[in-house]
Amino acid sequence: MTLITGQTRSQLRGTARGRLADPLFKALVTTAGVFVLALLAFMIIRTTADSWPIFEKEGLRFFTGTEWTAGQTRDLPKIRGTYGALPFVYGTLVTSLIALVIALPIAIGVALYITQLAPRRLRNSLSYTVETLAAVPSIVYGLWGLLFLLPVFIRPLMERLHAWFGDFFLFEGPVFGLSYFAAGIVLAIMILPIMTAIIREVFAAAPASDLQAAYGLGATQWEVIRKVLIPRSYSGIVGGSMLGLGRAIGETVAVAMLVGSSQRMGYSLFFSGDTMAAHIFNTFQDAVPETVLGLMAIGVALFVFTFVVNVLARLLVWRMGRLTGDAAV
Amino acid sequence: MSTLLTPRPTATTSLRVVDPRTRRRKFTSALMKVVLTATMVVAAVPLFLILYVVAEQGWSVISLQFVTQDTVPYRMEGGGFRQGFVGTGLIMALAIPMAVGLGIAAAVYLVEYGKGKKLASLVRFVTDVMTGVPSIFVGLFVYAVLVVGTIEIGFGTLAAAIAIAIVMLPIVVRSAEEMLKLVPDSLRNASLGLGARRWHTTTKVVLPAAAPGLATGSMLAVARGAGETAPLILTGLGTLTMTLVLVGERQSSLPQLIHEHAVQPFPEGIERAWGGALSLVFITLLITVIARVIAARFARQREGL
Repeated sequence: MTLITGQTRSQLRGTARGRLADPLFKALVTTAGVFVLALLAFMIIRTTADSWPIFEKEGLRFFTGTEWTAGQTRDLPKIRGTYGALPFVYGTLVTSLIALVIALPIAIGVALYITQLAPRRLRNSLSYTVETLAAVPSIVYGLWGLLFLLPVFIRPLMERLHAWFGDFFLFEGPVFGLSYFAAGIVLAIMILPIMTAIIREVFAAAPASDLQAAYGLGATQWEVIRKVLIPRSYSGIVGGSMLGLGRAIGETVAVAMLVGSSQRMGYSLFFSGDTMAAHIFNTFQDAVPETVLGLMAIGVALFVFTFVVNVLARLLVWRMGRLTGDAAV
Repeated sequence: MSTLLTPRPTATTSLRVVDPRTRRRKFTSALMKVVLTATMVVAAVPLFLILYVVAEQGWSVISLQFVTQDTVPYRMEGGGFRQGFVGTGLIMALAIPMAVGLGIAAAVYLVEYGKGKKLASLVRFVTDVMTGVPSIFVGLFVYAVLVVGTIEIGFGTLAAAIAIAIVMLPIVVRSAEEMLKLVPDSLRNASLGLGARRWHTTTKVVLPAAAPGLATGSMLAVARGAGETAPLILTGLGTLTMTLVLVGERQSSLPQLIHEHAVQPFPEGIERAWGGALSLVFITLLITVIARVIAARFARQREGL
């Protein structure tokens, strides 16, 4: 055996530096992984700890009280204001639900069109087109929504709805423009890409044999969609909707520009109000230290909401395997 | 005696006769196809509308002066968004290395070292959840810790960059993880079989093989980060003139200037907001399109492998 010469063996044995490098590298990337974990934990702990005086003073009234009067005191941690965040929580829920109700059927329709009806070579470009909507920054949606969509489309639509169904409490006037409704419509456009992306992937994951079996039994295309594809994709659709809902809850700038920033909690969709994120955004720049604590408390509550919604959504979508796709991130 | 009894058909119907229900079913199917096609069109309208309106309104504002001059009072004509371009540029220049470096390292951990480990699945789950964390919450956190809190660096470029990096981080980790998973194990095994160490295999074989994919994911994260507004208000606060200072001086950004100009009543200022929006959309869409082109080329290359 003269094949292994002394020299090759020493090369294979490597150097001391090389031996050290391996565990070092592993430690480095593991630290990076753990850092992501620690970062989220630190974010939660720090903001909760900072805003604790507010929660301590208000207790559950933070979520049930309707009066929000930020205190002006500078001798923290004494809290002087009254912090009832219900109007903001309500605004967040109402705008997100409007967005979801509008976006869900459209997202399902687009996903069905792309996966089932569109010519094969159009499919990719169609999904790109819809997902490009996700790349448009939210400030641009806000500007466009406020200065173009609101006067050109949303306001006339509101006036029409008010004229037809004005007696119904949801569409009660007066119609000003800036409202839950206007924010909800722009939100719907903004969450459409992520919902379409996820629902499309869920539809695409359906095994072709299932669909073909149904076709073989003589089902029409709509019957295959309605009775085979949609039922088996149900949990994915719910998961995609919840991810969209999570986005809508946390969306800030566009909503802040369209919701009207009023602390009144109105039952009509045409009233102006405020959402949690929008209130933080709009009042932060003029806030004294105590107000900042109040805003941070809203932030923590907002985080908890989106966290719960996102975890539920991921659990639902995860059952079908982890989804990829640009808009899904 | 066995008799083969077949039930006698009571009435004979020809197979050519089409059941009236079939006709209705076919009609429903055709109708729904039309409805779905219409939905697709409806969904595409906002995209074209937003691009068209922004381009149409912003086009007349874009000039050299828009990039080389600071803002003037809202009611005055002229002036530009220089401090916004510079601010966004500086913030991104600081945020990209932080988010991309850390994000790819975390993804390497997940793919190369974390297979089947509890810790890794926890990190993966947290990353997924973090993509849904509202960016305004990230802004509040950075404000609490860096602007006024423990490490007091005040409003400014660095604080804003860290906030943007936190927003970008989960996007980078997720996309990088997907890309590293696509690198075939045969490459890793070949490298290890040649005697290369694990870290060598990762840095010299796996990462280069996934490089185009990593670039795509990072660029999509950059596009997202560059358009963020909410955390910047809480960390950068804004400035009236251009500043190159990284710590200790307020910093402005393109999205923030757009917002400031959009919510005030003077048409001159609003016009500049459209100009800023056009610039921002152009930047983010350009990055996105380049990322997609790289991704498409990468996919073709992989098929050839």
